Parts: sequence; structure tokens; C-alpha cells
Amino acid sequence: MQMPDPDRAILARKDRIVARLREVLPADAVISDEAETRAYECDALTAYKCPPLAAVLPSSTQEVSAVLKVCHAEGVPVVPRGAGTSLAGGAMPTADSVILGVARMNEVLETDYANRFIRVQTGRTNLSVSGAVEERDFFYAPDPSSQLACAIAGNIAMNSGGAHCLKYGVTTNNLLGVTMVMMDGAVVEIGGAHLDAAGLDLLGLICGSEGQLGVVTEATLRILHKPEGARPVLMGFDNNEVAGQCVSDIIKAGILPVAIEFMDRPCIRATEAFAGAGYPDCEALLIVEVEGSEAEIDAQLERILAIARTHNPMELRESTSAEESARIWLGRKSAFGAMGQINDYMCLDGTIPVSQLPYVLRRISELSKDYGLDVGNVFHAGDGNMHPLILFDANKPGDLEKCEAMGADILRLCVEVGGCLTGEHGVGIEKRDLMVDQYATEDLDIQMAVKDVFDPKWLLNPAKVFPLASSAARRMAAQ
Amino acid sequence: MTIPKSEAELAAVIADAKGALRIRGGGTRPVGKAGSGEVVCTQGLSGVMLYEPGALTLVAQAGTPLTAVEDALRAENQRLAFEPMDHRAVLGTDGVPTIGGVVAANASGPRRIQVGACRDSLLGVRFVDGAGRVIKNGGRVMKNVTGYDLVKLMAGSWGTLGVLSEVSLKVQAVPEAEATLVADGVSAKTAVSALSAALGSPYDVSGAAFISDGGKALVRVEGLAESVAYRVRQLQADACAGWSVVEADSSATLWSDVRDVRPLIGREGAVWRISVKPSDAPNVLEKLGNPEAVCDWGGGLIWAVVSETLNVRDQLAGFGGHASLIKGGGAFSSFHPEPAPLAAISKGLRAKFDPRGILNPGLMA
Repeated sequence: MQMPDPDRAILARKDRIVARLREVLPADAVISDEAETRAYECDALTAYKCPPLAAVLPSSTQEVSAVLKVCHAEGVPVVPRGAGTSLAGGAMPTADSVILGVARMNEVLETDYANRFIRVQTGRTNLSVSGAVEERDFFYAPDPSSQLACAIAGNIAMNSGGAHCLKYGVTTNNLLGVTMVMMDGAVVEIGGAHLDAAGLDLLGLICGSEGQLGVVTEATLRILHKPEGARPVLMGFDNNEVAGQCVSDIIKAGILPVAIEFMDRPCIRATEAFAGAGYPDCEALLIVEVEGSEAEIDAQLERILAIARTHNPMELRESTSAEESARIWLGRKSAFGAMGQINDYMCLDGTIPVSQLPYVLRRISELSKDYGLDVGNVFHAGDGNMHPLILFDANKPGDLEKCEAMGADILRLCVEVGGCLTGEHGVGIEKRDLMVDQYATEDLDIQMAVKDVFDPKWLLNPAKVFPLASSAARRMAAQ
Repeated sequence: MTIPKSEAELAAVIADAKGALRIRGGGTRPVGKAGSGEVVCTQGLSGVMLYEPGALTLVAQAGTPLTAVEDALRAENQRLAFEPMDHRAVLGTDGVPTIGGVVAANASGPRRIQVGACRDSLLGVRFVDGAGRVIKNGGRVMKNVTGYDLVKLMAGSWGTLGVLSEVSLKVQAVPEAEATLVADGVSAKTAVSALSAALGSPYDVSGAAFISDGGKALVRVEGLAESVAYRVRQLQADACAGWSVVEADSSATLWSDVRDVRPLIGREGAVWRISVKPSDAPNVLEKLGNPEAVCDWGGGLIWAVVSETLNVRDQLAGFGGHASLIKGGGAFSSFHPEPAPLAAISKGLRAKFDPRGILNPGLMA
């Protein structure tokens, strides 16, 4: 992975920059010792590492503003970091950058059940937002699988989704307002407790901008009352195409499950060996979950099962207890761990039109043979968001490169059939150079022009999202 | 008036423009300062390009009549989830609303509280910017975080950043049944508090409104027949105790009236659209002198008819939120002024998207 050469002048000024940061932050909030900055050398995309110049851990919007003013004045790049769970390298530092971690900012600022929102500092973890409103049976809907660890700041930066977004939408559909610090230290408020913001939809623009337009320090999030109950059903099919058709028929019938998850045979076998959830040995497995009261769940599942039966499933397993529900979800939830037991893996995140599912799975298995690398597919089938897991051996010279090349081929395939490079993980550094496969020069230019407006010096989260060659001229001009 | 027949023609018209252009879809939503300049109409770009009912996605050219989109969807028992408002009734306009106009206005109806606004159903756009460049963003799939989200930015930008040529939308199956719980003769305060309780329940309310005329409060549920019956019972047992029930087509009519603010039609005065924290609605109404109003979104969206000379924005001080002038009230700007730092960002974006400042100049100012 190519990264821009660090600015030697900044490296040479490290002591002065750190001293200035110490002037605006408490002593324990500035980390500059090389042994300690190593903790920030990567996020969850561990294949790429680079320790930052320093890391800072501010505790308030004012401190974030003070840090950014210093960095702006010094011309130092800043890499905002939530909990460091990005699978795309969204929080990967450069050697001349300061990591701005929001982990210490985790307070709940306001809870309003009458108006159904919560305002939090963005270092708070996704799950603990729901935790804060659980006593009244409310929850925050977006549920990325890293929700125990990931921070709202990162969710907003990447516009995170989750298994249940088929019904509830992704982060951008649940975000009402933000307090954001611009690179020059100015603090702006966008949106709030009302449903739509005035003027241009800047909130929609900020969400998913990968920390490149500003540092979001506080967020107003929509909360919902929990459904009365939820129940999954498991279906096994001997053919991917039939499973795909079943998904399409369920959606067409007007039933909106909260989740439709898909696993293919390699993935089913791996999870069975690992978790023993009792999945059938079949070509394709679907987990469909619906919500409501007991009677409402019965009514929905009756219709779903009737549709499934027209596709001659090898197995139909309706949960009759909380324990059975947990077993149905067990394999799906351990899929990543199971694949990780077999080998190192790279998790992709392309989205395709659901109708292209059989073709894409066939092409992926052909690519798997060509490259000699195994692939398992886990998939949010209702919305076409695929997670192919490519297995490789990090200790085997050349294997990572082979895996990267195969991953790029799969993502190009997603684009070719009308889909996109990333459905919920973000571009980061991982998919940066593939952006030219999805977007023409003009499409990228206008996006980079947006960055010019928010961050004219191109200091925020460097080397992410845009191919280095595409952004070179702007970065040069900004210096 | 120029009516380009293709995206390429549209791009050429904009690239060759010598001065300001007024961008028009069906011309049914003349909100904001009209300005001068040649009219560019998108109605020549028409047609549903792709529709996959099983994937809940539809792609249409921007000038496609909304009715053509809705007819295609109805044939598959589907619909636009966000119930786009038809502005013709309240503004007294005629013409044919286009899907591009819906997007440019981010026109959204009562179901916004459950499924989001137009911008939340918008998956992708193609547009021509002020320099005549053809640009695409987003796509036709439901989850997409590839690059910056200009899709949201284009929704509700009223043709000031670019002229939409094509939009892709997520659609929704028409539910089997719907029912509305109705209370009559209640105060705004009582109504909003009941709407809040209903919206805070697990019963998946898809509409929550108050109409000042007659003191009518409405709560809608939709879904499988069994679900609707059950939820109505549950709501009647608590948040909506004593409310009557209206079903099927009669329920649908109630909501199309709320969506198009029909209770305000023909009343004297200026029509304002006010966005506030829902629980503030009764106090805002009081501040405005309890005008005739339709409060949608549980109270969060107030449509009010007030005196032509009343500056609603002054009355909002202390509440937060914002107000747009939709009809009348000539002395005030249509769009709520942005706070200085955001106005600077918006100005910066406009300069990038429309360097010559020719697309509906001043419309949103």
C-alpha cells in the first residue's frame, strides 16, 4: 500500500509540535513516546502499519478545537480516530500525522424520550448508546458487528450499517445533528433535535466522509422503542440461485424482515467446524428474522415459510425458543471467527444488485480457483451487501499481495454488475486506488472539491478515499 | 424555455449558457425567489430506466412524471415510501410534478417519521453541474458508502448545485392493511403528547399528525392485517385511549390530506413550514397566536397560516429549528437564513458546483 512520503520538515519539528499540543491539553492527553504511539499504528486492518508522530486524547469539543488550531497553524496532518475498529484502514496514520482519538469523550449529554433522541459525545461506543436508553426499552438501531467496541465517531465517519439496517437504515438515516470541529478549529452545529436541517443537507454530506471534512465531537441520534420480540427462521437450499430467488420473492411479497443473512457452503462448513451451531450441510443458507408481538411474528413467518416452501428448501427450521434463536444466530455471528481459525483473512464489503447474486457467487468461485485462495461468503442478502472472506497466509511471502489482487478483482466485479466497492466499511486506504473503477474523473473531482471547501489545506485524514494520483495536484496546491 | 432531450444536450445547454438559468421540472413547486434567466426544463428527460421489484429499486430520468413512476410501482404493488407531498393544492399551481422535482425539493410526507425523507430513499443521482460537467454519485444499490455522499447533498438543493438528470430510488411494498386512530376536539398540547406516546411505543407508527381545525389527532399503523388489528388494539389501550378507528381508503384519504396540507387551502395569509423539536409544537403554535395549522411528524413539522406581516422566525427564537416561507409573506425570504459558519460552507460548495453562479441563483438565499 503506497502512502505519501512523510513531510520531513514536520518530522524535524516533532518536539516543537508536541510542546504546543501540551500547552493546550493536560499532560496525560498527549502521547509522543515512540513505544506508546505504536498503539495507534493501525486499526482493524492490521496488514498496514505506521506509527504516528504523536497521539492526543482530548476530553471536550474545546480541547479538540485547540488541538486542531495547533495542527492547522503547524500544517500537521490529523487522523481522527474513534475506537480503531475500521476494516478499511480509515484510521491508519502517516508518520507525519497526529492521531486525534475521541475515546475519552464518551458522555451522554441529553436523553429525550418524548422526542426520541439522545445526544452523546462521539467517543461513546455504539452498544453503550443503546445501553444508556435500555432502562426505558429504547435502542439505537444501527448495529455494526463491532458494536461492542466501535465508537459513534467512526460510525458517522464511515456511515456504518449492520445486520438490521434492512428495516432501520444505516447511520445517516438515524443521525439528526452533529457538533463538528473544522480543521481550523472553528466549531459548527449542523442539524439538531428537529427532523430536517435548514439549507443544504450538510449533515448528509458529513456522514460517511471518513473524517476528511471535520472532527465530529457530539451527535444527536434517533432512538426507537424496542420491538416486542424477534424470531429467526433458518432455511437451507442446495442452490445459490434458488436461495437468491427466495430472498427476492420474500421482499416482493411485501414482508420486510429486519434481517436476511446469507452464507455459502465454504462458510457454513467453517462455522460448523468452529461453533457447531447445527447448520445443515447445504449450498446456501438463509437466516430471516422478523419482529413484533408473538402473534405478529407468527403471521409474518407463516407467509415467509410458505414462500420458502415453493423453492423446495432442504431444511426449514423455525425457532421455538430463545435458545433455538440463539443457536440459529450462533453460526452467523461466529462466521468471521471461524474463518479466522482456518487462516488469516481479508473481509470485503462490496454491494451488488440482489438479482446479480448467483452470477457474482459463480464468478467469485472461479476467481478462487484461479488465485488458489479459498473464499467464504457471508452476505446481508436483503440489501445486497456482500462480505466475501478471502483466506490467505500472512506468513507466506506473496500471499497477501495475491489476496489483495483477488479482492480487487471481486470489487471490480461488484462495480461491473451495477454495485459498488463498499457498502458499510468505507473506502479508507484499502479501496482508495479502486475508486477510479467506480467513478470517472469528474465524479472524483467534484468530491475532492468538497474537501477543498471544508479542509483547504488537505490536512484531515490524509491518503484515504481518493487515489493518490488523483489527489496529487490538489495536495500540492494546498501546501 | 429550453427542453433538452438528453443528458448530453442538457450538459451542452448549461456549458454554453451565457447567463442565469432557471431550472424547472414540472413547475409545480415555485418556492423561493424566482429570479430571472432562461428556463431549462427537464421534462425532455423522461422514462423509467430500470425497475427491479425484487430488489426494491427503481431508476428514472429526472423529468419523468411522478405519476409514471407511481403507476409503474403500483403495477407491482409497490410505492415510494416517503409519500412525496404534492405542492399543487397549497400553492395553487398546475402542471405535472416530476420525480426530479420531488428529489430537488426533498419533498417528503407523513411517513418520514418512520422511513425517512426522500433523501433517505435516494440511492443515486446523475446530474449536470453549473460548468456543464456530467457527474454521478451513489448508485442503484441499497448500501453504498463509496466516496462522499453527494446524493444527500443534491436532495433538497432545489437545482442550485446541479441539474438532476437521473435518480435511483429505494421503493417499498404496499402493506396489506392500514388503519388510523382518530381523536376529535383535542388541544395541540394533548394531541402532541399522545402522538409522542404513540411514536415512543413498539407499534411502528407510520403517521402522527394534528390538525388544528376541529382539534383532530391522527395516528397511523400499516402492515399485515393481523399486525394492524393488533397494534390498533394496543394503542387504544394506552396512548390513544378512546380514539376511533378509520380503515383502508378512508384512512389513506386522511393522510393524503395531511401530506398536501389540504386543511390550509383557501385560507387568507402566508403559509409557513416550520421544523422544530416535536414537543415544542404546542408552544410554538401559542407563540404564533394559535393559527390554523397542520402539525405532522408528531409535531416536528408545523404548517401554519399566519398574517402576511408576521415574521415567524422571530417567534422561533428560543426554540431552535427553522422556518421556510412557502406561500405569500412577500417581505421575508423563503429559506431560513443559515448561521454564518454554515452559510460560508454552503457558499463554498456552490462556488465549486456552480462556479459561474448560473443555476437558480439566489433561490435558496
